Amino acid sequence: MAVLELDRLSRQFELTPGFVERVIQRKKPSYIKAVERLSISIGENEILGIAGESGCGKSTTCTMVSGLLDPTEGDIRFRGNSILGLKGAAIKDYRRAVQMIFQDPYESLNPRFRIVDIVAEGPRALELWGADEIKRRSLAMLDAVGLPSGKYAERFPHELSGGERQRVGIASALVMEPEVIIADEPLSMLDVSIRAGILDLLREMQAERGFSSLYVSHDLSILGNVADRLLVMYLGQAMEIGPAEEVIRNPKHPYTKALIGAVPIPDPRSRREVPNIRGEISKPIDPPPGCRFAPRCPYANASCNETFIEMKTGDSSLHQAACHRLDEIANAGL
Amino acid sequence: MSNPQDPLLSVRNLGVVYNTSQGPVHAVSNVSFDVRENEVFGIAGESGCGKSTLIKALLRLLAENGTATADRCTYRGRALMDMDEEDFRREILWQEISMVPQSAMASFNPVHRVGDQVIESIQAHRDDSRAQAMERAAELFDVVGLEPGLLKSYPHEFSGGMRQRAMIAMALSLDPGLIIMDEPTTGLDVLVQERILRRIREIRSELKSSIILITHDIAVIAEMSDRIAIMYGGEIMEQASAIDLFENPHHPYTLGLKNAFPSITTLGTELISIPGSPPTLVGPVQSCPFAPRCPFDDAICHSANPEAKEIAEGHIVRCAHSADAARFRELAKEKSTWLS
Repeated sequence: MAVLELDRLSRQFELTPGFVERVIQRKKPSYIKAVERLSISIGENEILGIAGESGCGKSTTCTMVSGLLDPTEGDIRFRGNSILGLKGAAIKDYRRAVQMIFQDPYESLNPRFRIVDIVAEGPRALELWGADEIKRRSLAMLDAVGLPSGKYAERFPHELSGGERQRVGIASALVMEPEVIIADEPLSMLDVSIRAGILDLLREMQAERGFSSLYVSHDLSILGNVADRLLVMYLGQAMEIGPAEEVIRNPKHPYTKALIGAVPIPDPRSRREVPNIRGEISKPIDPPPGCRFAPRCPYANASCNETFIEMKTGDSSLHQAACHRLDEIANAGL
Repeated sequence: MSNPQDPLLSVRNLGVVYNTSQGPVHAVSNVSFDVRENEVFGIAGESGCGKSTLIKALLRLLAENGTATADRCTYRGRALMDMDEEDFRREILWQEISMVPQSAMASFNPVHRVGDQVIESIQAHRDDSRAQAMERAAELFDVVGLEPGLLKSYPHEFSGGMRQRAMIAMALSLDPGLIIMDEPTTGLDVLVQERILRRIREIRSELKSSIILITHDIAVIAEMSDRIAIMYGGEIMEQASAIDLFENPHHPYTLGLKNAFPSITTLGTELISIPGSPPTLVGPVQSCPFAPRCPFDDAICHSANPEAKEIAEGHIVRCAHSADAARFRELAKEKSTWLS
């Protein structure tokens, strides 16, 4: 059974017009559709990568999954039960089960806490165990993420390098014994030479402890390396989903093709096919009902603006793209 | 005056020392390189490797506590370090050497129109009328792919990529011989990055300016540069033509960086990180700065800082064991080499 299911998840934000416009001109509020009808399931021990540019809704999706933001429509189910409207012990347990690893290890650690207290803060807040047990588990967790507790436990964040701080971030997520980890760009603030070490740690921990992950990044080369499945989003809509390697090697959707074509390759002899995408990314304010990428898509026709194709959930090995003209594009050899 | 065969910019043994409460910090040491006419010279390195300090030293923008020294630092034959401050600002800065700063996103004044700011930089150096400067600004916007009508906009109306392109337009405004771009696409989405990199290539081939491109992104530097210098701990560890550097790397740090950097074309290749963290550079440098993290280090590496050696034409390596490079290349592919 899926650990986590997002069922036609949507979230819109209201843009309230100014006082004069509202009262005198009777202007109606407009809506930013940050996430629209996103359906996807995440299996046991699976790493789902989410790729997309700024404004594609990847962070909004993570915030909803973490329970910090309610969707306007749709449902999030954790092991079959909706998390919306959970109360008391149930919401407490969900908060333990779903943990986040943040992007910026310089901003996300409390500078006045010692390392061991940063790791222990979560279990203490949720009163998961007794005081001694929390301390014991926190120290053991530091050892496990490669920060020997004898050396690091009593230090403060400013005494640690970026890579070490990110390990603290991972420790404070894992000490909660989570079932789902949401990692929002966990490597982007780190130097190239230490990124691989953090990736290895995440993989190791996943193999050892068993949890599912939502791994958000704009870096397709990293996603191709870590994710089992890859979801590509554009302005709140799912464009393509499938096994990560398959999506990257053999993209179907014109947007995915452009995105992958734009990734530079660390080889001075490489000659990429340069994507031909017009215009700039916009904001999904009161958008037409169709595909959001249509205004920039070289293959779009009228029907693209009218209806949007929703992806099927269920079979996780399926490689799908939300494009009306897939067959025509493939037949034309484009 | 200057011979066309001569490099545009020639730097020998540049050093920068910051005086701090913890003692002198040798942010840049023994840096020597040339930038030729109409070439893209890439400088790659991680945070704290001294790449930004190096640029600040060249442009005389160092903080108060920083001192730069060099055996030679010439632009088209003119010694930059000996020039009077005022002459440097009037004749070199922006006019001959311009810069696209790292945080171009925040480099515009938010309360003035973008166009006015571009015009201001033109008029500060030339006796152009406002109309002439405006015309020039419109031309430049066209070069970087922005509608000239956008000159009337305010910075907040621009997206990140547009601001970056406007900044590049500004750096081009006086036809400089050399443009320094410090992380020009960091923080931008890939499609926007792609478009800016394409513009930079076009500018280089149309305007014949040379470019120093500074970035930590190995893939960007590989695609854009003719020659590349890899910096670590304030020094250039290896420099060579882009193809040489990627196909015949010699320095263990270069090998480590290549291992650690993911590529979309080689999925499934295991990424290997370099254990340890970069040096703090406090106090004089008496060993190879990379020795503490190097899997191939021995007593020699820890007792003296190796000299830079030219192992082939234009391929310079600062490693005591550069003769063993072929063996290192084989060993460096194994993860166990880096873990021990």
